Amino acid sequence: MNCERFETRLIAYMDGRATAAERGEVELHLVACSECRARVEEFRRLWGVLDETPAHEVSPAFDARLRARIAAEPRVSLLGWLLPQPRLALAMSLLLAMGVWIGIRQPAGGPLAQNEVARAEEEFKMINDLPVLEDLDVLANFEALSEVPPVQKPVQQKM
Amino acid sequence: MARSDVQLMLGVKAGDDASFELLLAKYRTPLVHFLFRMVRDAATAEDLAQEVFLRVYRARKKYAPSAKFTTWLFRIATNLALNSIRDSRNEKMGISIDGPAGSGSGAGRSSENDQPRMDVPDKRPGLVERMMERDRAAVIKRAILALPEKQRAAVLLHKYHDLDYDEIASILDCSESALKSLLFRAYETLRIELAPLVAGKD
Repeated sequence: MNCERFETRLIAYMDGRATAAERGEVELHLVACSECRARVEEFRRLWGVLDETPAHEVSPAFDARLRARIAAEPRVSLLGWLLPQPRLALAMSLLLAMGVWIGIRQPAGGPLAQNEVARAEEEFKMINDLPVLEDLDVLANFEALSEVPPVQKPVQQKM
Repeated sequence: MARSDVQLMLGVKAGDDASFELLLAKYRTPLVHFLFRMVRDAATAEDLAQEVFLRVYRARKKYAPSAKFTTWLFRIATNLALNSIRDSRNEKMGISIDGPAGSGSGAGRSSENDQPRMDVPDKRPGLVERMMERDRAAVIKRAILALPEKQRAAVLLHKYHDLDYDEIASILDCSESALKSLLFRAYETLRIELAPLVAGKD
């Protein structure tokens, strides 16, 4: 084993993770090579020095800050599972609410119902154009929703 | 009976908050330590550590165990750290005048102005010894920070976090043999950089 080959084996040797064959090779080389012997000794001392690095104490507010960040995460709604697109989900939930409201208002479905439906459709179009749906910040936070696979095709996600 | 990391993470996936708390308790400190040694200041390190947990939490619904949990966790942490370091380098023009580490990740800092607040464990030595200790610790930290970031990550993961070679190689996206070369080069650099400290060590 020459010094170059030794270098690639050194770390594993010092970690005690070298194979038996590698260990044998390394030890043979060490017997013969004073430079590499010195290198091993210096690495051992270096590792001792590195043990001196102080670690930062985690601040007491760490957990609380993390929980606040988690609490700020958008919740996944039922519609979010059915409709991966947040804009559509928002519009659909508004339409649903409107439909319920109309249904409550006009249970008999009389002549006024037509107007109500037309008005609802117009309002739905308006809602579609609302600036809030163009707010990229809001949409950007719907990361959780966008990661939801479409209902019909369950996908095996690898981490 | 203690549950494994994978079992805990599957618990988080199922909506169990207690499982998440257990993972947080187990890995909060190692992650902050790793990130503190990777980046320039403590505030950024904690910010990044929280980001790691946040991403783990966000990814819970689609979690499918295919690697060791620590591999996944430290891969996220390493990538965040590397991004932060590169962002910080790109913002080199923003020199911080005030002493203490500022808020937010990625803010540029001049290494001359940066006075790291070292949390040295208090062993009650005398003032001179404490100052010397602080100096040694600062010298070591500077040497590690002077390493190219991939070597730095390799050293930290190898020296302080007891991960297997295949784990570290996976985290750094290189082969095992490339990793061992990386480690050798890094330790060789440190050996030279820290020669006065290494020579004095018994």
